[in-house]
Amino acid sequence: MSIQLLTILIVGASFALYIAIALWARAGSTQEFYVAGGDVHPIANGMATAADWMSAASFISMAGLISFMGYDGGVYLMGWTGGYVLLALCLAPYLRKFGKFTVPDFIGDRYYSQVARTVAVVCAIFVSFTYVAGQMRGVGVVFSRFLEVDILTGVIIGMGVVFFYAVLGGMKGITYTQVAQYCVLIFAYLVPAVFISIMITGNPIPQLGMGDTLADGSGTYLLDKLDGLSQELGFTAYTSGTKSKIDVFFITAALMVGTAGLPHVIVRFFTVPKVRDARKSAGWALLFIALLYTTAPSIAAFARVNMINTINGPEGQGIAREQAPSWINNWEKTGLISWEDKNDDGRMYYAGDERNEMTIDRDIMVMANPEIANLPAWVIALVAAGGIAAALSTSAGLLLVISTSVSHDLLKRNLMPDITDRQELRYARGAAAVAVVIAGYLGVNPPGFVAQVVAFAFGLAAASFFPAIILGIFSRRMNKEGAISGMLSGVTFTAAYIVYFKFVNPGANVPENWLWGISPEGIGTLGMLLNFVVALAVSRFTPDAPEEIQAMVESIRFPKGSGEAQAH
Amino acid sequence: MSFEDRTLAKAYWRENIRLLLSLLLIWFIVSFGFGILWVEELNSIRLGGFKLGFWFSQQGAIYSFVVLIFVYVVKMNRLDRKYNVHED
Repeated sequence: MSIQLLTILIVGASFALYIAIALWARAGSTQEFYVAGGDVHPIANGMATAADWMSAASFISMAGLISFMGYDGGVYLMGWTGGYVLLALCLAPYLRKFGKFTVPDFIGDRYYSQVARTVAVVCAIFVSFTYVAGQMRGVGVVFSRFLEVDILTGVIIGMGVVFFYAVLGGMKGITYTQVAQYCVLIFAYLVPAVFISIMITGNPIPQLGMGDTLADGSGTYLLDKLDGLSQELGFTAYTSGTKSKIDVFFITAALMVGTAGLPHVIVRFFTVPKVRDARKSAGWALLFIALLYTTAPSIAAFARVNMINTINGPEGQGIAREQAPSWINNWEKTGLISWEDKNDDGRMYYAGDERNEMTIDRDIMVMANPEIANLPAWVIALVAAGGIAAALSTSAGLLLVISTSVSHDLLKRNLMPDITDRQELRYARGAAAVAVVIAGYLGVNPPGFVAQVVAFAFGLAAASFFPAIILGIFSRRMNKEGAISGMLSGVTFTAAYIVYFKFVNPGANVPENWLWGISPEGIGTLGMLLNFVVALAVSRFTPDAPEEIQAMVESIRFPKGSGEAQAH
Repeated sequence: MSFEDRTLAKAYWRENIRLLLSLLLIWFIVSFGFGILWVEELNSIRLGGFKLGFWFSQQGAIYSFVVLIFVYVVKMNRLDRKYNVHED
C-alpha cells in the first residue's frame, strides 16, 4: 500500500473518531458549552489540557528547533513546562474556587471594573488569534506534504472538522475530542522515537538512549559524538549554546509565565468539579506533556546525528547528489530543503561555516525523521495524523476562548446583559463559526509575521494577565487602579520593545542593541516585573479594594464550598 | 466564612504560603539554577553520557516539575483536612 493511501486511511479514521465523539458530547447549555458542565474527571482533563497545550509547534517544530539549537533549545523545554508549576500552585485552585467561566470574568469581577474586563478581553482575543493562525497553517502544511493536496484544500478540510466539533460540542465536545487527540498524538510521537532510539543506541527508551553509547560498537556516547561532529563542522558544541546566560534566563521565564497566563490554558481548570481536582489535573496535564517534552530532546539529538551522517556520509566527505536518500528528494519538492553545489564536486555537504551547501528548514526534522531513519510507511502516516491532531486540538481550544470572550465577556457581561442562556449559546456558536473562518483565512494567507507574533503572544500574556491574577489572589487589598495601571504599563512596555525590534527596525535586532542583552523573546519577563512594581506602587497611593471584594478574595483562598462554575 | 475564627484562617493561609514558597524555591533551583545559572559547573559532573547541567535543562527540570505538583497536591489535601476546609 502506498504511503499516501495509508495516510488517507489513518488520518480519515482519526477524523471519524473525532466527529463521533463530538456527536456523542453535544453541548446543550452555556454551562456545557463554556466549561463542559464542570464535571470532567481530572485525568481526562489532564489529557485534554495536554492536547490543548501541545500545538503544531510543539509536535512539528520543537524537536527540530532543539536539534539546531542544542543546549539553547532548553528554553522551550523548561519554559513550556515550568509554567504548569506556577499554574498548579498559584492560579488553578483559586480560579476554580472563584468559579466563573473566563479569565476576563475574574479580572473584571476582582477589580470591580469594566475597563479592566475590556483590557482583558482584548488581550485574550489577540493572543488567541495569533496562535490559531499558526495552527491552521500547520494543518495545511501536513496535508500538502502527505496527501499532496494544496495548502488551501488542506486548511479547508481542517476548518471543516474543527468547525463541526467546536461549534456543535463547545467545551464538552472539545474536551472529549482532545482526550482522543492526545492519545493519537503521543502515540505518533513515541513510536518513531522508540524505533530510532533502538537503531542508534540500542536502548528502547528514548529519554535514556540520548545519554547512552552508540550501537556501532565504538563505545562512544551519543552526545560526545554529537559535540565532536558539531565542532568539526564549525558549529558550537551541541551541549553548550550560543545565547547569553541572561537571555536564556529571561526567555525561559517569559515562556513559563506566559504559559501560566494563557487564557486557553487557564480556562481548562474551570472544567473540573472541585478545587482538589483543579490541582490534581494540573499535575496530570504536566505528566502527559512531559511524556512528549522529554522525548523531544532525544529526537532532536538522534535526528541531528542521522541528518549529518546521511548528508556528509560516514567518512564526512559528503554524499554524491545522485546517491542521496529519497527523503532528500521528497522534501526538496516542498522547498524545505535545498542544495547548492558551491565547490562543484557534485557532493552535498552540511556544515556551520563557509563549507556548507545545504539549506534545511527546521520544521522538517520531526516530519522527515521517520523517512531519514527508513521506518515503515505506517509510521510516516501515523506522524501525519499526530501532527494534525496536535494542530486541531489546540485550534479548537483557542476558538472556544475567542467565542466565549465575544458571547460571554463582551455581550453578556458588557453590552447585552439581558440575553437568555439560549441566546448566549447561539451567539457563542456564531462567534466560534466566524472565528473558524477568520483563522482559516489567516492560515491560507499568513501575515508574514506569524512566527514573530508568537513571541508577542507569550510576552503579552506574561506582562498582562499573570501579575493581575497573582495580585488578585495573593494581595487582598490590591485595587483596580493598581491592576489597570500595572497591566497597561506591562503591556505597553513589552509591545513597544517587540514592535520596535521586530517591525520598526528589524535590522537593529542584535544583542548589542538589546536592553541588558535581553532579546524581544525574553522581554515579557521584564514587562511582567514592571507590571508588578507599578501595580504595587499605585495601589499604595489609592484606596484599598472595597470590603466585599476583600471578602471575596478571602473566600477563594480555601477549597470548601466550591460549587459548579457559575454564570453569575 | 468557613473557618471557625480569623486566626485559623490566617494560620491556614500562612502554612499554604510557606509550602508554596518552599516548592517554588525548588522549582527555581532545578530550572533556573541547575539548568541555566550553574550549568557550566554542573556540566563537569557526568551522568552516563549526559553532562549534568545539560541534562537538567533538557530533562531533569521537567521531571522535577511533575514531582513538585504532585507533592503540592498531597500536602495541600492534608492541609485542607487539618483546617477542615476540604470539599466533601
